[in-house]
Amino acid sequence: MVRRNFNALPGFGLTMGFTLFYLSAIVLFPMGALLLRATGVGWHEFWEVAFAPRAVAAYKLTFAASFVAACINAVFGSILAWVLVRYHFRGKRVIDALVDIPFALPTAVAGLTLANLFNQNGWLWQFFAPFGIKTAYSEIGVVIALTFVSMPFIVRTLQPVIEGLEREVEEAAATLGAGRFRTFIKVVAPTLAPTLVTGFALSFARAVGEYGSVIFISSNMQFKTEITPLVIISMLEQYEYGAAISIAVVLLIISFVMLIVINFLERWASRYQT
Amino acid sequence: MAGVVRRKNQGSTLKSQRASEESPFAKWILITAALCFVTVFLLLPLMNVFYQAFSKGWQLYRHSMLEEDTIHAIKLTLAITAISVPLNLIFGLAASWAIAKFDFPGKTFLISLIDLPFAVSPVVAGLMFVVLFGRQGYFGEWLDAHDIKIIFAVPGMVLATVFVTFPFVARELIPVMQQTGSEQEQAALTLGASGWKTFWLVTLPSVKWGLIYGVILCNARAMGEFGAVSVVSGHIAGQTDTIPLRVEKLFNGASAASGVAAFAVASLLALLALVTLFLKTFLEWKTDRDFARAQEAGPAVEPPPNESDTVILAKSLQ
Repeated sequence: MVRRNFNALPGFGLTMGFTLFYLSAIVLFPMGALLLRATGVGWHEFWEVAFAPRAVAAYKLTFAASFVAACINAVFGSILAWVLVRYHFRGKRVIDALVDIPFALPTAVAGLTLANLFNQNGWLWQFFAPFGIKTAYSEIGVVIALTFVSMPFIVRTLQPVIEGLEREVEEAAATLGAGRFRTFIKVVAPTLAPTLVTGFALSFARAVGEYGSVIFISSNMQFKTEITPLVIISMLEQYEYGAAISIAVVLLIISFVMLIVINFLERWASRYQT
Repeated sequence: MAGVVRRKNQGSTLKSQRASEESPFAKWILITAALCFVTVFLLLPLMNVFYQAFSKGWQLYRHSMLEEDTIHAIKLTLAITAISVPLNLIFGLAASWAIAKFDFPGKTFLISLIDLPFAVSPVVAGLMFVVLFGRQGYFGEWLDAHDIKIIFAVPGMVLATVFVTFPFVARELIPVMQQTGSEQEQAALTLGASGWKTFWLVTLPSVKWGLIYGVILCNARAMGEFGAVSVVSGHIAGQTDTIPLRVEKLFNGASAASGVAAFAVASLLALLALVTLFLKTFLEWKTDRDFARAQEAGPAVEPPPNESDTVILAKSLQ
């Protein structure tokens, strides 16, 4: 992009002023208020309520379920991205468009329909029933919902990178006698790995904050199937403002850390692309 | 949260390159695995919404749609969306103009700040407004004294929706405006057009598809938002229930009819998702085609921005 003297264009003061005002009013001011309120809780009490056993159980479930969901998406999302870029088959374009469903379908609807499919009268439960696995209203239900909402991230980050792979390199490997599997492991996988990690982090970050879909499919039992955002809401409903704010700040800090990690990963991943 | 209008390789010449292809068996396994995953996690959940909604017949579907509380929820959702989307549209235009057309220090940081709402859990977002305007909040007493209700009322729900949909339009517009550059605007100004005229007649037409794309995504999220709105709504039937909150209430209802009604109301949102996907795919196809045509037309076209597609996409996905 050619950058020349931009000063000839009018409206910088107006648009910049409005941008900063609106950003402050909608995002920065409310966020600051939450953080300020948390400092009013007091360090000792903050520690006590933010890491109370019920909250800790919820953190553990949230992170474990988000991690498992991101792993499932890493495996199947990679396969899906590969298949969508490299192979030609009937209905490919439709499937490509369908990958965005979790972005477009409101989370409440996702939770509702997944709970219905995976509960004990559900159509998909029949495949789990012979193994005695409870799907909805258990930790597995939480994983199912989180897998759904975070699914497009890995597919959509990987697709353009797979498109950009130079097939000549793979051909060279084949010409030099490497089998297809070996070529994939030694040549293709290392190029895709950084992007996959970025997609994994995006997927994980999305899952950690998710609320809507999970509460439908989980039994929401304290210490067992209760996710962190739900603890915040129950604290709020019991007028435990200090606890709600403290746990929210923990979640907010984790989001910030994830944001920084993702930014770092993106820079790292973009170095591996031509 | 989706990406910038994606640009796929249109005319990539894929000859049959045996040496760099998987065996037919491996191919079959991979395609089957991908299709199974898509069926279980995308296709079945979506179709199930409509299946369940009509499972007890058209009469019950119609009946659950015409319930007073449901109609109110639909109206409220439309009203909240009608306020939040234009607000974020105006912000998106202002922010992308300032960011794409001018150089100033801290630009990257400003873009990160605009992205912030994508990183925050919706429940935490809702809580922020409770901290500000709730009864125990900073402005609680003042609002009480003046008899203004924000939390557990519509203004709070609008604020929460504006927060969660904040980045959508700006995120789509910034890269598009950066790509078009500012030579055309400079030419218009040199020829004597006013700033506003230049914006309406030169800038807006050149970014219109990116703009519509952003608005569509913003709209879908605004209508479907659950977590943030749930925190500030108060769940008063016929007063502060939006469509997603109404779905939850019906889902928790005891009767079988209420279960079906939950799916009936949810089918509205599923339809919204399908329309959104359709428009999104159409716009991507259109920008692909325009780009291909522009490239055929000659080398005068600006090359795509330096930032790789992945980076832009990944950022916008946050």
